[in-house]
Amino acid sequence: MARELKLMKGNEAIAQAMIASGTDGYFGYPITPQSEVMETLMAEKPWETTGMVVLQAESEVSSINMVYGGAATGKKVATSSSSPGISLMQEGLTYLAGAEIPCVIVNVMRGGPGLGTIQPSQSDYFQSVKGGGHGDYQLYTLAPASVQEMYDFVFDAWDIAFKYRNPVLILSDGAIGQCMEKLYTRDNIARWTEEERRKNAPWGTFGKPADRGHNIITSLELESARQEVFNHKLQAKYAEMKEKEVRFETINCEDADYIFVAYGSSSRIAMKAMQMAREKGIKVGLFRLITLFPFPTKQLAEVAKRVKGILCVEMSAGQMIEDVKLATECNVKTEHFGRFGGIIPTPTEVLEALENKIIK
Amino acid sequence: MTEEIIIAGFGGQGVLSMGKILAYSGVMQNKEVSWMPSYGPEMRGGTANVSVIISDERISSPIINQFDTAIILNQQSLDKFEASVKPGGLLIYDPNGITHEPTRKDINIYKIAATAKAQELGISKVFNMVVLGGFLKLKPIVDKQYIHEGLEHSLPQRHWNLIPQNEEAIEIGKGLIEAVQTL
Amino acid sequence: MANIDIEARKQELLKEGYTEVYTKTKVLTDAVMHYCPGCGHGTTHRLIAEVIDEMGIQDKTVGVSPVGCSVLAYNYFDVDFQEAAHGRAPAVATAVKRLNPECYVFTYQGDGDLAAIGTAETIHAANRGENITMIFVNNGIYGMTGGQMAPTTLVGMRSATTPYGRRVDLNGYPLRMTELLATLPGTYYVTRQSVQNPGAVRKAKAAIRKAFENQKLGKGLSFVEILSNCNSGWKMTPVAANKWMEDNMMPNYPVGDIKVDGKIAEGIDVNRLVLDHPLTVMQ
Repeated sequence: MARELKLMKGNEAIAQAMIASGTDGYFGYPITPQSEVMETLMAEKPWETTGMVVLQAESEVSSINMVYGGAATGKKVATSSSSPGISLMQEGLTYLAGAEIPCVIVNVMRGGPGLGTIQPSQSDYFQSVKGGGHGDYQLYTLAPASVQEMYDFVFDAWDIAFKYRNPVLILSDGAIGQCMEKLYTRDNIARWTEEERRKNAPWGTFGKPADRGHNIITSLELESARQEVFNHKLQAKYAEMKEKEVRFETINCEDADYIFVAYGSSSRIAMKAMQMAREKGIKVGLFRLITLFPFPTKQLAEVAKRVKGILCVEMSAGQMIEDVKLATECNVKTEHFGRFGGIIPTPTEVLEALENKIIK
Repeated sequence: MTEEIIIAGFGGQGVLSMGKILAYSGVMQNKEVSWMPSYGPEMRGGTANVSVIISDERISSPIINQFDTAIILNQQSLDKFEASVKPGGLLIYDPNGITHEPTRKDINIYKIAATAKAQELGISKVFNMVVLGGFLKLKPIVDKQYIHEGLEHSLPQRHWNLIPQNEEAIEIGKGLIEAVQTL
Repeated sequence: MANIDIEARKQELLKEGYTEVYTKTKVLTDAVMHYCPGCGHGTTHRLIAEVIDEMGIQDKTVGVSPVGCSVLAYNYFDVDFQEAAHGRAPAVATAVKRLNPECYVFTYQGDGDLAAIGTAETIHAANRGENITMIFVNNGIYGMTGGQMAPTTLVGMRSATTPYGRRVDLNGYPLRMTELLATLPGTYYVTRQSVQNPGAVRKAKAAIRKAFENQKLGKGLSFVEILSNCNSGWKMTPVAANKWMEDNMMPNYPVGDIKVDGKIAEGIDVNRLVLDHPLTVMQ
């Protein structure tokens, strides 16, 4: 597909971006509200055009382990799911991080806990950035807030994943997944040639040529001393991400007395509430997180110095607010407002929360 | 210009596709658009609704709770969304199956007997386009030529032969809409 | 783990007047295996490595190891290798093969990995007819974690978690995964072999060779179960363990081809094996 203007759901945009970004394989399992990702891929039949493999697995446990197997051969392999399915994948995610396998995982969040609801939620923040599985690991976590970003972030995710040999999580929710918006598609990037694979993933397990030793993909290390060294290496990698790969957006923060901090669909609702506040003469800005890990700690602290209060807007019981308070070292009044269990807050509610919890 | 619309009715009435055709027409006219459905079990025979925003500017939230226009196709939706119309806004409803008429005094109210008309003409499949025609008569936010393009992009190519029938239904709707209360 | 310079040692021995009668295949590394002496893993590793060597596919082979005694198999095979999460090797291998159809892909799994925690992955990889080779080492016990009950533990057999012997009313029946898989249309070759004597080893090697050769045909999954003793888990000497295996394991897990070239092997009644085969209750 060349550059074109389309009207598309966020979930469809993910699928189209996978094809256009030269993804080699997708393995998934149906779950609402993200089933359109695999449905779109199956309808598009990319195996006939780009050669991309698409397979429906028997469970999320299998699909994430298929990602492990395929991505460990140095190919660009992805999966997607929604909250309960992502919970099932946590074992695979920690193995992927532990074996340093680049890959892309999309979570179109829904309300929990348990089977919960199929409506949008943002209650997987802790799971995403505080380590959903065991061990000290991090997923580079991108939070798209529009259909265009659902598309664009797939391309960005591949760059980061291979640059750092680390899984990348695109953390979306049912609202962005199901919403249709305008989308500019890009020209297709060809899938890597065999030469490019060998160059970009020299560690890959695709058959040992005579001129190198065998490549091993594992997260096992029986000697504690060596495992500690490996953990230091991971931490150094995460520190470098914190230094170089933080992404965020500020809107109207320059003259703001108050700011909303939000990501994903909540940031869209907060933007509307910000406009309503400005119409009433309240100077409100929006600090939108684009990367949740690494968190824009320094950048938020800088903005927070100039404001009287912060309202964190998240469709959860209050998860992101912990990182906001750590960033600002609680130097400014900070409160959480959210609806959860699948309820989306309205802009009116958000504005009222600002007035009642922060301004009063 | 920003027009924030809710379209609500039963699943199967073409609520989501009406919204999609309207949104795609907006795209063709180079507007900013968003289309946000309710999704889930209610899609299967229960109530369905979709918020459509068409604007000249970047759209902040695709999720909204107050609307310039509510297009209402059953009693449950009237009960749920009448209060969500902005003061001075527009409510359009199909009287088919409506037992309690809208009561707001601060909004414009129109009705369109699209169900009855579509049945009479044997064009039930394009009932939703009759309703869309009524809305476009009152708020011509997208031009006719872009509606045509919107239909082309929304319908699979094998159904393009039905586009003239859809366009006729829009014209029928324009003649069918009648004022109940105007401010 | 100390690695011995095998080549230097060989030259020393030759100088001392020894004659070379056997050469270790180059597809095995020189790493010292951690397996208990007398266990079937070492022999099974060698057979797989020899087959890879003889077929000339060392540069095209990707192995997937399990969690269990053979978790470190990647240290012993000089081919590219992935270590899978517990039970997930068939899913991992599915993607390796689908994305790299030119590669020869095999999983190497034990009974706990393949037939308990990884049952779903095993059955679905087989049912999709993945063109991979699965090697299933069945010793009726969890060896690495210290001898607990496995899905294949015999009725009446003692283990760390069935100290009074496996009871059907409490623990259910031993699972004959191999017979089960033979009934699926996605499997092309299904066999059970053992490695307790030279004759059995020769047959096992031929089966493994066939299971690798089949990947060229693209007709479905090839599955080789290898019965092995677990002398330390069973708390016996290796010789006694092999005898015990023949007397107790083999009546419940009969050795031989079950499905060949996509058809149930001659003389095999799968219904009988799966549904009616009497379980030997150990005394």
